[in-house]
Amino acid sequence: MNAVPQSKPQPPRTTRASSGRYSFWRLLREGFNRQRGWSQAWAKAAPRSGYRVVIVGGGGHGLATAYYLATEYGIHDVAVLEKGPIGLGNVGRNTTIIRSNYFLPDNIRFYEYSLKLWEGLERRLNFNAMVSQRGTLNLFHTEAQRDLFTRRANQMRLLGVDNEAVSRERVRELVPLVDLDNGRYPVLGGFLQPRGGTVRHDAVAWGYARGASEAGVDIVEHCEVSGIRRDGTRVTGVETNRGLIAAETVCLAVAGHSSQLAALAGLTLPIESHVLQAFVTEGIKPVLDVVVTYGAGHFYVSQSDKGGLVCGGAVDGYNTYGQRGTLPMTEEVAASAVTLLPGLARLKVLRQWGGVMDMSMDGSPIISATPLAGLVINGGWCYGGFKAIPAGGMTTAHLIARGRAHPLAAHLDLARFADGRTRDERGAGPFPYLH
Amino acid sequence: MLRIPCPYCGVRDETEFRYRGDATEARPPGGAGLGAFTAYVYERRNPRGWHVEWWLHVAGCRRLLKVVRHTDSHEIRWVGAPQDPPPLPGDAAP
Repeated sequence: MNAVPQSKPQPPRTTRASSGRYSFWRLLREGFNRQRGWSQAWAKAAPRSGYRVVIVGGGGHGLATAYYLATEYGIHDVAVLEKGPIGLGNVGRNTTIIRSNYFLPDNIRFYEYSLKLWEGLERRLNFNAMVSQRGTLNLFHTEAQRDLFTRRANQMRLLGVDNEAVSRERVRELVPLVDLDNGRYPVLGGFLQPRGGTVRHDAVAWGYARGASEAGVDIVEHCEVSGIRRDGTRVTGVETNRGLIAAETVCLAVAGHSSQLAALAGLTLPIESHVLQAFVTEGIKPVLDVVVTYGAGHFYVSQSDKGGLVCGGAVDGYNTYGQRGTLPMTEEVAASAVTLLPGLARLKVLRQWGGVMDMSMDGSPIISATPLAGLVINGGWCYGGFKAIPAGGMTTAHLIARGRAHPLAAHLDLARFADGRTRDERGAGPFPYLH
Repeated sequence: MLRIPCPYCGVRDETEFRYRGDATEARPPGGAGLGAFTAYVYERRNPRGWHVEWWLHVAGCRRLLKVVRHTDSHEIRWVGAPQDPPPLPGDAAP
C-alpha cells in the first residue's frame, strides 16, 4: 500500500467534553456529589463526510487500532464505524484469556508483545480492565505430549518468555479440584505461564473506546458499511447506512465477517467463518485461581470474579455465521469439564453463546496491506483474537501510519500463502476447522 | 444438531460425519500457475448463505457426500454424490 503523504495538513482535532480522569479521589468526590459529575465515557459521534483513516469494526482490534493511531502515531483524523453498539461483538464473546505460550518464534514474539502491552494497559488507559495475571496452566496426559510441551517451553524460554514445568503434585496444589488419576487420561504434569491470565473483556472495549474518543477519534455506532468505493486499484471510501464516507485509508477489523467485507472490495481471503461457543456456570465460591487447559481434548476453564466458571472448547467444525452453536460441541465441552474437574458435574450452565470467528487457512492471523492501495486488513484471528488486541491494534496502526508492516507483525501478511511462508502453529494444513 | 439425509443410510446426526470443506473448489490444470493454485488451496468465498460442501460419512457408509447447506440457518437443501451437480449455483439463494 502507498504511504499517506506526511505533508498534508490535518483537520483540527475534534474537541469534546472529556470524561475526566478516573481515580479514587474522583470516586470519593462524586460520592459526596450524588454521582452527578460523571459524563459519558466516549462521545457518540455522527460521521463526517471524510477522514484520513476509516476503521470498519468497533471491536477490540478496531478500537485499539484507532487508539494507537491517535496516541502513538499522531493521526487523529480517524473514524471507527460499528454496525451495532460498542462491545456486543466478539470482544464481548470470548473467554477473556491472555497468554503468549506459542511455539513458532514469530508468534511468540507477537503475543509476548501483546502480553507486555496488557501489563501496562490499565495505567495507560486510566481504566480498570481487571487484568489478572493468575497464570495459565496447560496440562499434559501422555509422554509424547510432555515432550511436545517441553519443546514449546524451551522455544519460549530461548526468546525470554516465562514458562515453567510443573509436577503432578504442583498441579494438585494449583488446581485442587483436578482428577489427576483419571483412568483414561491421567494428568502427568503441566506447564505454567505465570504471566498469563484473564482480563475483563467488556472493559477492554470501553477503555479503548474512551481513550480513542478523548484523543479525537470519532466512534460511530449503528453505522453499517454496505460498500467499498474504489478508483481503479485505490480505495477512496465506504458506503454506509449513514451516507458515503471518504477515506485515504480503510482498515477492515471485522474478524468473523472479514470475507464478506473483503468481498465488497472484490477480494477473496484465505479464511472460513466458524462458530466458537463459550459457557458460564452459576456462580460458586472461589475454587480455581488459574486458567487451566485440558491436554486430552480442546477445553479451557477459568473462574470469573463473579464466581462463574467460564469454559470453552473447539469450533463446531463447519462454516457458519450463526452466532449460537450446536449441541454436539456443548456436550463435548461438558464431558471435558467433568473428566478434568469431576467436582463441576453438579453445576448448572447459566449461559451459553457463540461467536463467529475468522478461521484462517494456517491458523495465524492476518495484519496486512492488500492488492488495493489504501485497504488494510486486520483479521483471521482464529482462537487468538482477544489476547492479541493490544499488539494487533499497535501493529495495524503502524501499518496504516507508516505504510509498511510493523517488524513484529511482518510475518502476518497476506502474501505468505502464495509465498509458502504460512505460520501453521498446529501443523494441520489448510483446513481451518482443524486449527 | 444437524440432521444430514445420507442418500445411502438415511437421516443421520452430524456426529456421524466429518466436515471436509468447500466443494466448489476445483483443482486447476497443471500449468495454471501459482496464483490459480494459491486460490485453489487457500482462498475461499466463505459465503453467508447457501454453501456447497463436502461431508464424509465416517461412522456410516464412509462415502463422501456433497451437501448444499445454508451457513446462517443451517438448513440442508440437497445431498448428493460427489459427481452430481448441485441444483443451486454457488451461494445464490433459491
